[in-house]
Amino acid sequence: MNTFKKNVREILRYPSAIIGSVVILILIGVAIYAVIAIPYQKAITLWRGGEDVWYRNPKYAAPEWIDWLSTKKQPRSFYINSTTGKMDKVVTPNGDGTTGINITYTFNYTADYFPQEMSLYFTDKFDQKQPFVTIDWLTPDGRKLRIDNFAVDTQQTFRFSQDMNLVNSLGGTNPMEALFTGIDSKNVVKGTYKVVVTGITFEPNSDISAEFVLHGTVFGLAGTDHMRRDLMVALLWGVPIALIFGLAAALGTSVLTMIIAAFGAWYGGWLDELIQRITEVNLVLPFLSILIMIGTFYSRSIWVILGATIALSIFTGAIKGYRAIFLQVRESMYIEAARAYGASDMRIVFQYLIPRMIPLLIPGLVSSVPSFVFLEASLAVLGLGDPVLPTWGKIIDDAWANGALYKGYYYWILEPAVLLMLTGLAFALLGFALDRIFNPRLRGM
Amino acid sequence: MTAGTEPGPDTGKKKLSNGTFARVARYTGVRLLTLFATVVVGVYLTILIANMGGYVDQIMKNDIIENVTQAMANDPAARKMTPEVRKQLIEERIALGEKKLGLDTPVVVRDFRYLSNALRLELGHALLMTSDSGSRQVRLIILERLPATLLLMGTSEISLFFVSVFLALTLSRKYGSIWDKLTIGLSPTSAAPPWFYGIFLILIFAAIFKILPFGGMVDTPPPTNVIDYILSILRHLVLPASSLILSAIFLSIYNWRTFFLIYSSEDYVDMAKAKGLPARDIERRYILRPTLPTIITQFALLLITVWTGATITETVFLWPGLGRTLFRAIGLYDIPVIVGSTIIYAYLLALTVFLLDFVYALVDPRVKVGGNQS
Repeated sequence: MNTFKKNVREILRYPSAIIGSVVILILIGVAIYAVIAIPYQKAITLWRGGEDVWYRNPKYAAPEWIDWLSTKKQPRSFYINSTTGKMDKVVTPNGDGTTGINITYTFNYTADYFPQEMSLYFTDKFDQKQPFVTIDWLTPDGRKLRIDNFAVDTQQTFRFSQDMNLVNSLGGTNPMEALFTGIDSKNVVKGTYKVVVTGITFEPNSDISAEFVLHGTVFGLAGTDHMRRDLMVALLWGVPIALIFGLAAALGTSVLTMIIAAFGAWYGGWLDELIQRITEVNLVLPFLSILIMIGTFYSRSIWVILGATIALSIFTGAIKGYRAIFLQVRESMYIEAARAYGASDMRIVFQYLIPRMIPLLIPGLVSSVPSFVFLEASLAVLGLGDPVLPTWGKIIDDAWANGALYKGYYYWILEPAVLLMLTGLAFALLGFALDRIFNPRLRGM
Repeated sequence: MTAGTEPGPDTGKKKLSNGTFARVARYTGVRLLTLFATVVVGVYLTILIANMGGYVDQIMKNDIIENVTQAMANDPAARKMTPEVRKQLIEERIALGEKKLGLDTPVVVRDFRYLSNALRLELGHALLMTSDSGSRQVRLIILERLPATLLLMGTSEISLFFVSVFLALTLSRKYGSIWDKLTIGLSPTSAAPPWFYGIFLILIFAAIFKILPFGGMVDTPPPTNVIDYILSILRHLVLPASSLILSAIFLSIYNWRTFFLIYSSEDYVDMAKAKGLPARDIERRYILRPTLPTIITQFALLLITVWTGATITETVFLWPGLGRTLFRAIGLYDIPVIVGSTIIYAYLLALTVFLLDFVYALVDPRVKVGGNQS
């Protein structure tokens, strides 16, 4: 207990160790929050969900805080339906069995840029005869534009900028720009806009309802990707995955390496020889290629890759280093004393040899975490990420595959990259300080 | 596998009766044999993994069946045949396809055939991949990619090595200075792999400032003028090489610096300082000389890594090197290419380890080949 306190006090003398520990603690906090706020199953459904889950989000939208860097404001996304926003629905039965349905969506537009897209998602009821709708656009300066008119199906999506009738009537300009500019200016006219859906149904039970969705160009704290997914889901879930993968691989590798080295050094003979030979064979094996092969041929599950990583990382140079030290420790007096009172081999290995090495083990363990965290990301960048789990590496892979840097979606790559860097640096800083504390030879240097 | 920790077979007892030649010859023989066995086991394991216990065979067989059935379905001539004839034809074609890829022999036999061919460096023909000139020979596929990898890895690794050894030596002299502290402070940045820095470099220099290309090895279309061609390659080389260097440089300097510091605190260095020898002589004769075996080992191991290429960095920068070819080969289940690049790496590694023993004896008078000092 006393040595523990002494070590903690020693760690506190290194600013880098404090920074590293604080960042790691924050990451652990975020990981716990992520797992509680978005349970595993929900995270997977969200991440693998398509248009039906994410239709309200814009594509390729930068995070909202990008607005703080500029005086001009980017539009945010919103949707108006019967529960949120200002939607007025007036139903007036006509005498002849038809019914007029008038839906007005009112919103205030204050951004300086044009939105990405506007859509109306219709859900209608009818038996035989489709209802017919007319869409009108009312600008703040009092103009009224006819958007289009058509018969609607039970489920129908109307996208303003993809409507050829509208594009043609606007003379080929992008509807988003044309609808939001004044008659003789190129700038956005700010103010209250209205979308009016005037419909007529031809059957008694027939009904029209619709949701108006405006896709802005910024979204949330993290932005969105090519599939409209909120990147926050993957950024948050990336934390526990990176931590678990990094820590499990580092812990598994270093503990197993040490135990195997201890057995080899203690028993010597053919066991020691075998371990030495395996280590030499392992040096010949191409590590990354084998991981890629396992990922390509067999399974891309993160747990399979984790197991393979540990198995391949045990018999490396580290095992020789441990062996050399164990061979020295084996000759110590206290081991001889243990033997004299008749301690079993197992007892000596686990109670006498291994505890001696723990101070050496800890810095190495902590320092090896970043390389495993980055290994997971590396495999994801090669397209071998876990098929279901959202991870940082997979965000980078998606961004890369969609040419994020070419097209200027920098946030898409920078967010996961900064988190990776932060995690890697935190463990590296702490491991570095621990190395100096536990290896007195380095302390003066 | 370093020779320092592993004295050779014990011939010291016979001492003077044995000449140096016999000792060296015996040591050489045993060492070559163990190294060869290591290579054989290593390559065989790679072949086993590349086959996944016949799992890959199944994938390839299904591929053939699908392709043949598809081709028959699209063939107007086949539609006129009777079902029996067509079925027979499909089966024949499937058998032919399997024979072409060697799938008609059992996995175990095929594995040993791969192994013996690989060990004799008969790399054979790729299953699916072709070189740019259209050849199926694995040797040509590898040779074609080799210059690109050697250029990228050679430039970055060799400059990284010499720059870090040189800077480390300077820093170890100015131990405790601001530069020294800065290097220590920056060394954790090496936790990130090269491709990671590559992304940032591409972002800054290609996407924002637009002064360097995003990737590739030469402009398209390639310049016809030789000088322009070289300049174009150099321009494409800057970012991938920098990212390889950047990701390793600080840790490398730190390690070498600590290593030199440990050696410069030896008594004989203090003695030399006390004698008033100039700093350059101390560095050359008292610090560099005894550390030479380690420096050479590191350099030799580095030369081998030059060979393997950097799969992910090459992929990120679309650099047409060996690493990316290997990655593509794995994606296409092209076992001969995978085995071909593994065997060459294994042989090079074994050869380097073998030669290092002799190099040690040359540079360090305390080391005797196959001898022990006791």
